[in-house]
Amino acid sequence: MQQKQYSTIVVGVAFSPNIQANIFEALRMSVLFNASLVMVHVGEQTTEKAAALEKIIAGFDGDLPNYRVLWQAGNPVDVLLHACISQKANLLILGAIKREGLLKYYLGSVARKLTRKAPCDVLLLIKPSVVRVPCASAVVNGLAHPKTEEAIERAFYVLSSLGAQKLTVVEEIPEDSVAIKVDDDRSLRQSTIAKERIKLRENSRVQAILKHIPTNIKGRLEVVVQPIFGTRGYSIGHYARVVRADLLVMNAPRKLTLWDRLFPHDLEYILSDLPTDVLIVR
Amino acid sequence: MGRKTKFAHLRSNIFAGFVVSLIAMPLALGLAIASGFPPIAGIIASVVGGLVVALFGGSYVTITGPGNGLVVVLLGAVTVLGEGDMQAGYLYALAAVILSGVLLLVFGFLRFGSLSDFFPATALQGMLSAIGITILLKQLYVMLGDLTTKGAALDLFLGIPDLIHALITDGTTGQWYAAAIGVASLFIMVFYSNIRNRFFHLVPAPMWVVLLALGFDAYFSFFGQGNPISKELLISLPENLFGGLPTPNFSKWNQSTFWGVVLSITLISSIESLLSIKAVDKLDPQKRRSNANKDMKALGLATVVSGFLGGMNVVTVIARSSVNVNNQASNRSANFFHAVFLFVMVLVFQDQLRRIPLTALAAILVYTGYKLASPVIFVRMYQIGKEQLLVFLTTLIATLLTDLITGILIGLATTFAVHVVLNKAFWLFSRNLLKPNVLMYKETETQNYYVGVIHFCTFLNFYKLKSKLDVIPQDMRAVVDFSLCSFVDHTVQESLQNYEDLFERKGGALEIIGLDVHDTDSSHPFAVRTLRPMKTLRVFGGGRTKRQQQLEALAQEHGWTYTEAPKTNKALLRGHPVYQTAVVERMYNMLEEPKNSLSLFDITYSEGAFIAKENVQTTFLRVTLEKPIPIFSFDRELLLEKLSHLAGVHDIDFPDFPEFSKDFYVQGDNPTKVRAFFNAKMVSFFSAYGFYHVMSNGKELLVRQFLRPATPAEAAAMIEFGLALKKKIDG
Repeated sequence: MQQKQYSTIVVGVAFSPNIQANIFEALRMSVLFNASLVMVHVGEQTTEKAAALEKIIAGFDGDLPNYRVLWQAGNPVDVLLHACISQKANLLILGAIKREGLLKYYLGSVARKLTRKAPCDVLLLIKPSVVRVPCASAVVNGLAHPKTEEAIERAFYVLSSLGAQKLTVVEEIPEDSVAIKVDDDRSLRQSTIAKERIKLRENSRVQAILKHIPTNIKGRLEVVVQPIFGTRGYSIGHYARVVRADLLVMNAPRKLTLWDRLFPHDLEYILSDLPTDVLIVR
Repeated sequence: MGRKTKFAHLRSNIFAGFVVSLIAMPLALGLAIASGFPPIAGIIASVVGGLVVALFGGSYVTITGPGNGLVVVLLGAVTVLGEGDMQAGYLYALAAVILSGVLLLVFGFLRFGSLSDFFPATALQGMLSAIGITILLKQLYVMLGDLTTKGAALDLFLGIPDLIHALITDGTTGQWYAAAIGVASLFIMVFYSNIRNRFFHLVPAPMWVVLLALGFDAYFSFFGQGNPISKELLISLPENLFGGLPTPNFSKWNQSTFWGVVLSITLISSIESLLSIKAVDKLDPQKRRSNANKDMKALGLATVVSGFLGGMNVVTVIARSSVNVNNQASNRSANFFHAVFLFVMVLVFQDQLRRIPLTALAAILVYTGYKLASPVIFVRMYQIGKEQLLVFLTTLIATLLTDLITGILIGLATTFAVHVVLNKAFWLFSRNLLKPNVLMYKETETQNYYVGVIHFCTFLNFYKLKSKLDVIPQDMRAVVDFSLCSFVDHTVQESLQNYEDLFERKGGALEIIGLDVHDTDSSHPFAVRTLRPMKTLRVFGGGRTKRQQQLEALAQEHGWTYTEAPKTNKALLRGHPVYQTAVVERMYNMLEEPKNSLSLFDITYSEGAFIAKENVQTTFLRVTLEKPIPIFSFDRELLLEKLSHLAGVHDIDFPDFPEFSKDFYVQGDNPTKVRAFFNAKMVSFFSAYGFYHVMSNGKELLVRQFLRPATPAEAAAMIEFGLALKKKIDG
């Protein structure tokens, strides 16, 4: 498979308290991926704003990537979507909002819409930081889905670029895949055996995917496979939180309807309560 | 199993069944009378229940028959449906019993075996105590020979002085004798367990009551005067036990009161059965797990059959079941034999049974009622927490003033309201109720099961946690982690205690971590625990969790000191290059060696104010060394602790030990010194304990295993490791 690389990264810039951290993160990412950065500000260009932005960028410690700033007024969602398409972006970086007083992060309505509609990969940052926090470990989903292989491969690419050490492939296995209902000791024994069997099967499936990954991007990355029986989309988020992963890589959802928002599942669980930084692969 | 042992099993089951039938007979008669049913209805329920559930049930050593909890609902059913006519009411009630059996059967097929987990434990206790008080008050009148007075619990309570006054002034001799037998029977019930005589205890207390009554009758017959107690105060049995089955009357099927009765009977009988099944499983010497759904189906079928024969509901009963277990019952055949013996006894002794005064049976029920509402329960509720007492009393009073269903619903609402007030936050519940909140997986490294819970965990969503716990083999180790969970209520903790026992009995272990920092008002280990925002958190005001108690025991075992809330040393971790930026939020549960060279403690720290990382809660072992060693970090995988981003630090490989080099990451600022430190002995020692992360700053070592607090067993292993390591280095 031809490895897709990030050549253009788009980030939305708004004058919020987080602006410095957001810009620094985006600049760092662009350097690490060797990509050019497009900062999009929704609103008319004014001299003060431009100057303020230049001042922030000047404060960046280290090499600057190739970057430019786009100023455009309009609906934030449309402007950013348009920018992604016109700039042929491969990656869109968005910041999450921290819920007042709590260690919980969620996506604002703009970011949510963008996540659903973006034509490229989306990186959701919950804790943009002025100082670099190295990304050490990541979790990627390995469920039986045609797009999984791509997501795993992308995870390897991103992690080796970020210099991470560990990747956990989480296979979420729906609980109803075990046909036996546990009522007593006997059914418990049967269901435990059935689960072990499913685990072996899933493991060999994931191992087959891992075999396809070219060695040059595997690097020194330690790969662990963790099967989990549980609600799809939810378990992986909770797992990422428990192991304190720095990045969670997910497949892009299929088209979502109102029904999906009323009865959240898969990605929706993660979007409503982000456990860590999330990369959505399209 | 050989033939002989099989026979021995059969023999012990027959014996157990016999002993149980001795207790079951007076209880069945008494419960039927108290429910407004004819006495034989209780016997029918016991016999049918014993036979049907023994054949089709899913539990092992339970006994089935008429239950205490149902007395109040059934009596209510007879009175309400009969509109004053007890005989008509009985026939209507039979129809309700049959339909409740059908519902129970459906519940079983729908796998409602965990229905009882949806009710807060305290509210259930309040409802049961209300039932107890009702039984006690109603039967007190019967015990003193008054069959006519009816009324609500409060009226009955206030009427007690009148009752006694009336008995003394207007009582006939017959009434006098009957009341005397009643009071004597109550004495037997109360003081039975205090009398330490082996032969006296060969006969169970309810049977002594029956023997007392029969002895009284025999005495008067012998002296030719005849029994002075009037006919209506004696048990009445039909002349022909097999003739004239009553016909259940279904004609009220289109009335809502009728269906209300059906629903309450079903609800109470299923809750009583499920609670009993759960309790009896803890008594089973063979540690088997009952199939509650299968048992529900069997109970439903038995209830339908019993109803058509004119009997009461069949439920699983705890008191008779525990007698069964105490007499070495080992399988369902004991229940079967209990039914057979009961049937034979009633056939053979029906003449004798007709001589038992109702007052004697009422005394047995007064005692049962007292047991359900004894002051001990009130005290226990208060100990767990004031809010539990509030829920308990509210449910109790509401149940007494209204009916069981309304009572338990009010109890449910009160519990929820208390939870909202305790957390000062409605959103915690409203926002997260429907979301999944439990993660369970088998840790690849340790083969332990990890169960993590977030948001909140109360009776409202305990079923989610329960469904995960139920599929863990109980001979394995499981860790339940509440460190990300804001609120855990009493119901959940009590149920988890249940699971801890079950795991322990089967040779596994279930350990609970992450509750130690939660706030509580009470000193009881089951008290509600809430994790409020930091500034309002009053840490360690209350009681210790089980984990804290175990850690204290661990400290004592080693002759160390245990401090629940040591003074937090904010800079403690700073001395380690890895944690230069870490800010210690709080230290707790400190175990210290007397010489202060080893200590183990839980800690909450963040990676520094700059970096908005989440707080880390974990357990560290700190080993202070006498001999200087190089600065290094040892790790199987590189997660949080990294020296690598610091200047002058290298990954160190060991050419002499290629396997070790491949499996572990060792980093340090001086490769030569580190290589010298890791000699062959050290390499094999560290390889054996590869699951620990060890960090050295030259003078002391920090050791940790997981990014979560250690369970007491893991803490014990860490201490062993620390002692061995110190010995290896310092000699």
